[in-house]
Order: sequence, then structure tokens, then C-alpha cells
Amino acid sequence: MILVYAESNNKKFKKSSYEAISYGKKLSELINSDFTVITIGKNLDHSILKEYGANDIVHIPIDPKDNYDDEFYSNIISDYFNKKNFDIIIVSNTNHGKSITPSISLTTNCSLITNVVELPSSIEPFIIKKKVFSNKAYANYEISNKKKIISISPNSFGIKEIKSNSNTEFKELSPDIDYTSKLNSISINKNSDKISLPEADLVVSAGRGLKGPENWKMIEELSQVLGAATACSKPVSDIGWRPHSEHVGQTGISINPELYIAIGISGAIQHLAGVSSSKNIVVINTDKDAPFFKAADYGIVGDAFDVIPKLISEIKKFKSDN
Amino acid sequence: MKILVCISHVPDTTSKIDFVDDREFDTSGISFVINPYDEFGLTKSVFIKENNGANITVLCVGDSSCESSLRKALAIGADEAVRIDHIPKDSLNIAKLIYDYIKDKEYDLIITGRESIDYNSGVVPGLISKMLNIPFVNACIGLDIKDNVVHLKREIDGGIEVLESNFPILIAGQKGLVEEKDLKIPSMRGIMMARKKTLSVVKPENDLQSSLKLNKYEKPIVKASCKMVDSNNIEELVELLHREAKVI
Ligand SMILES: Cc1cc2nc3c(=O)[nH]c(=O)nc-3n(C[C@H](O)[C@H](O)[C@H](O)COP(=O)(O)OP(=O)(O)OC[C@H]3O[C@@H](n4cnc5c(N)ncnc54)[C@H](O)[C@@H]3O)c2cc1C
Ligand SMILES: Cc1cc2nc3c(=O)[nH]c(=O)nc-3n(C[C@H](O)[C@H](O)[C@H](O)COP(=O)(O)OP(=O)(O)OC[C@H]3O[C@@H](n4cnc5c(N)ncnc54)[C@H](O)[C@@H]3O)c2cc1C
Repeated sequence: MILVYAESNNKKFKKSSYEAISYGKKLSELINSDFTVITIGKNLDHSILKEYGANDIVHIPIDPKDNYDDEFYSNIISDYFNKKNFDIIIVSNTNHGKSITPSISLTTNCSLITNVVELPSSIEPFIIKKKVFSNKAYANYEISNKKKIISISPNSFGIKEIKSNSNTEFKELSPDIDYTSKLNSISINKNSDKISLPEADLVVSAGRGLKGPENWKMIEELSQVLGAATACSKPVSDIGWRPHSEHVGQTGISINPELYIAIGISGAIQHLAGVSSSKNIVVINTDKDAPFFKAADYGIVGDAFDVIPKLISEIKKFKSDN
Repeated sequence: MKILVCISHVPDTTSKIDFVDDREFDTSGISFVINPYDEFGLTKSVFIKENNGANITVLCVGDSSCESSLRKALAIGADEAVRIDHIPKDSLNIAKLIYDYIKDKEYDLIITGRESIDYNSGVVPGLISKMLNIPFVNACIGLDIKDNVVHLKREIDGGIEVLESNFPILIAGQKGLVEEKDLKIPSMRGIMMARKKTLSVVKPENDLQSSLKLNKYEKPIVKASCKMVDSNNIEELVELLHREAKVI
């Protein structure tokens, strides 16, 4: 039996939860098993989960004192898993996912595998693929433990919408969890309403070729017309032109969007490590020999200050025509 | 205050990754370094020592090849080094070995990295903190100690959280704990002093089982050639993104 944890934040399910449910649905078909979706938090609208195949939902309508208290979530999920004899837990490898799975693995005796990119390639024995060496390679692991936690790298498996006519079982539970937090949360600063980088389908990224922070206006505008998240190379965040949370690459965030547009970024091996699994890469660079072109699908040799305004107006035109 | 810094010993970020028979990581020509995330934690521990006073132990689970990284950590400012002699292949076993070694040593602050850049699991820190039953702050980007209270900042999905904790605590750090430009590098004097510091080797008592077995490695598929678009014909790019890539 499979348990999928559908993560939510501020009363909304995260996009990565839909991917986790899609994965759980496919895996349940593959191994011929039922799957249950567990959700935690007050005032959530569950109707949307059905579109990804969730037809058995267990909801825990409580919020911890502090929404980001990982241990609270670990305890609830472990508790439910242990009571109901599940074998597999599916989560998304978000910051929250990463923070709760080690603890859950210990309290449920599950083997933990993170950064998974595909469905298992074999069920007996159970073999599954994860990213290693910061996207420079994959490793297939054979897991001998019947119980396991599979943590999926966001955007790697994808969201699969389905038409389901079956009824959804919906149950609310209020477990009595005896719990006091070990940490004291003082405040939370949200990065406005922007799309979160690891979950984004489209990403516009810029590097040192932009010359200075004041030139990010056009990058912001491009990302806005596309509905994309913004990212940057490491030196750009090191100098403080952009926040650290936008730094992608081997020592920053690793992403797999549908589209990655790299502007004024040379394509150093450490940068490529974090972005090369993007499904489509566009590179815009003045230097025709920039290494990034070798990893790109589409390239423009040109000056960002000339190309980007043109690209913005072409996309606006396209959007208004379509 | 007693600080433990856990480091992994990883291929330098410029490494080209290759395998022998898809089964074994080919280490020929690869230089190994302290895991970049752990470097921020190591420098932070030295700053704490300079400001508040502390004794720093640096620890790595690995074969004798890791000793170069441990020596470097001593040269940067750790007081003593420990190598747990085991060939690491499974994060759970690494965590168990570290836990066994530290469980009765009462470290106040345990600093790890957010992720080891070779196997990218990001699970060793969470496992150790759960085994010790102490607070855990993942993706930590700020740490200050005032009046025996630890003031922390961490990255959460879509934002930053400010927290407080008492000792003992375990954090998994990254850039932000200290800034890139402040990272300590070994000085000549540091290297000389490191020679006199202790590096002990601990032999684990029990054989550890693992439920994970490497089946095979794979390399990503190399992209076909890049389609070039003229900078005076941006319309064509938009058209390609729409019709061919189907992303807009
Ligand atoms: C341990 C370690 C870890 C690292 N981790 C990362 C990481 O995680 N992520 C990362 O990004 N880097 C990382 N790096 C740094 C990496 O090696 C490169 O230095 C960095 O990626 C270069 O950033 P850049 O491409 O923005 O700058 P540059 O290499 O300076 O490239 C700027 C590019 O802009 C182009 N350009 C200039 N003007 C224009 C213009 N007007 N229009 C268009 N193009 C223009 C230039 O031709 C050039 O190709 C790491 C390095 C080390 C040592
Ligand atoms: C020569 C050599 C060969 C190796 N071969 C393999 C292999 O085939 N398969 C494999 O899984 N691992 C191997 N390792 C170990 C690898 O370097 C990692 O230590 C280990 O895989 C943990 O990875 P992780 O992704 O789970 O760590 P994460 O959980 O991502 O690590 C997070 C943090 O935990 C701490 N940590 C992690 N590992 C250690 C450690 N060993 N000692 C002390 N602290 C640590 C660090 O602070 C690190 O920043 C090898 C190491 C060496 C030196």
C-alpha cells in the first residue's frame, strides 16, 4: 500500500504535490496496490486532488503552532503509516520534504531514497533511479527493504492529469499527537508571490554578462511576460546583485524546468550541473564560443541589451495573438 | 562550547564524472575536496571559536583518502580530527556510525552541510538529529549565539524563517552561514600547526548491513546540436518555442 504526502502551504496545495500524486497513481498501477493521499492543515480545498487520480484521501485538519515545524509533520505521517501497514511513502524533494523524510524513515523503518527521477525500472527486485553527482550522472539503486520512502526531485516525473469518474473517499482524522516543538519560530519572510524556483516550469536566468543589478529590470520583465521564475549564476548572488535563493548550479538549487533561458551566463561546469536536465535550454550570449551553447537547444549570439527587449516584445505579441 | 563539524570528502566541482563498467565511479584524475556546503559550516565554527571560545572536532566517515580533507580542516582551525574507518555507501550507516561515536560526547552544536555534492541525498543530518533527539534546522543560512540562545535563519520553500533554539542543536548549512568571500583558507602557520593536532582513527565495532545496493550508474543523454537563431529574427525563436518545444 502506498501513502502519498500532498504538501500544502498557506492553505494551498503545492504544485509538487500534484506530481507526487501522479507518481503514486502510476506506481500503484504498476505494483497493483491501493494508494492513499494524506494532507495536513486547516482549510484546504481537496477537490483539485482528484484531477491527478487521488480517490482515497485522509485529511488531518490541524495546523502546528508554526506552519514550518517539520517535526510535527514527520510525527503525523509516521504515526499514520505505522498504524495502517503501508509499505511505500511518496513525497516531493522540496525543502520541507527534505527536512521530514530522514526522521520518518527512522520511525517507520523505511529505506529512504531521495532525488528520484523516474518510476522504478523493475519491481522484483525493486530498482529505482536517482540523481547523483549534482545532475552529472544517475545511479540506479536496488532496494531490498519492503518499506521505503521515495522522494521525487520536483519537475522530473511531471504532473499527469487524468479524467476520473470514481468517487473520492474522504476521511478526516484528528490524531492526538503529544507534541511540543523543539524550535521557536520568530518570523517568516516570504519571497512575495513569485513562483518558487524548483517548482517552476519556466525559468529566466542571468549571469555576470548583465553587468550590474540595475539591469535586472528587463530580466524581471521577461520573466513576467512568460510567467517564469527568475534565477542567476553563482557570482551574481555572491556579489549581491541577486538573492542567494536564486543561485542555481552545483552549489545552489538544482532545477528541471520545461524551459531554461540563460542570458549572459558562460556555462561553467558547476552552473550546468544544476540546470542541464532542463527539458529545453535557450542560451543568449555575445560570445559564439561560450561553452553553454554546447548544452543548449536554441542559441542566439547577441547582446542581451539588444536581444532581451526584442524578445519581450515578440512574446507580448505572441501572447496577444494566441 | 563543544562543536562537531561533519564533512564529506567529494570530487572537486570541476570534475568530469565517469564510471568503470557503469558500476564504479572512476576516480582517476579526480581531486577530492571538502564538500563545499561543509566549508561554510567549518568557517562558521572557527568564527564562533574566535568570538565565543569553542573546541572544534571535525569528523569524516571514510577510508584513509579522506585524511587530506581532515588535515585541511585542521589547518583552517579545527582542534582535532576523527576519521571513522568505513567505506561509506549508505547514508543511514554513515549516520549510525556518527551517532555511535558522538552519542555520549555531549556536543553543543553539530554542524553539517545541507547536502553532499557527490550522492546528493541530503539525509545524513536529519538522521543524526533524530537519533540524538535534538532540534534540527535544515538549509540554515544564518547562525548567531547570544546568551546561550542560538538565533537561526533557514531557507524554507518560498521564503526565509527566523528561529531560536537552545543547545544542543544540529544544523545543515550552506552559503549564508558565512559569505563566500569570508571562507577561511589554510595559512602557512595553520598548516604547520595542523601537523601537531590529533587525527584519530576509529574502527567501527559492528558490521553494518545495507538495504540499498548500487545497480548501475548512467550518464545523462547528451543534447543534439544547438539550433542557432539570428539575433535579428527573434520572432523565429518564439515560433520554435511554441511549435517545436511547446513550452509557450
Ligand atoms: C566550488 C565552486 C562551486 C561553484 N558552484 C557554482 C554554481 O552552483 N552555480 C554557478 O552558476 N556557478 C558556480 N561556480 C562558478 C562557476 O565556475 C563560474 O565562475 C560561474 O558560473 C560564472 O558565472 P557567469 O556565467 O555569470 O559569469 P562569466 O563566466 O563571467 O560569464 C559571463 C558571460 O556573459 C557573456 N556576456 C557578456 N556580456 C554580455 C552581453 N551584453 N550579452 C550577453 N552575454 C554577455 C560573456 O560572453 C560570458 O559568457 C562554482 C565555482 C566553484 C569554484
Ligand atoms: C572514495 C570515496 C568513495 C565513496 N563512494 C561512495 C559510494 O559509492 N556510494 C555512496 O553512497 N557514498 C560513497 N562515498 C561517501 C560519500 O562521499 C558521502 O559521504 C555519502 O554518500 C553520504 O552522501 P549523502 O548524499 O547521503 O550525504 P548527505 O546526507 O547529502 O550529506 C549531508 C551532510 O552530511 C555530512 N556527511 C555526509 N557524508 C558524510 C561522511 N561520510 N562523513 C561525515 N559527514 C558526512 C556532511 O556534513 C554533509 O554535508 C564515498 C566516499 C569516498 C571518500
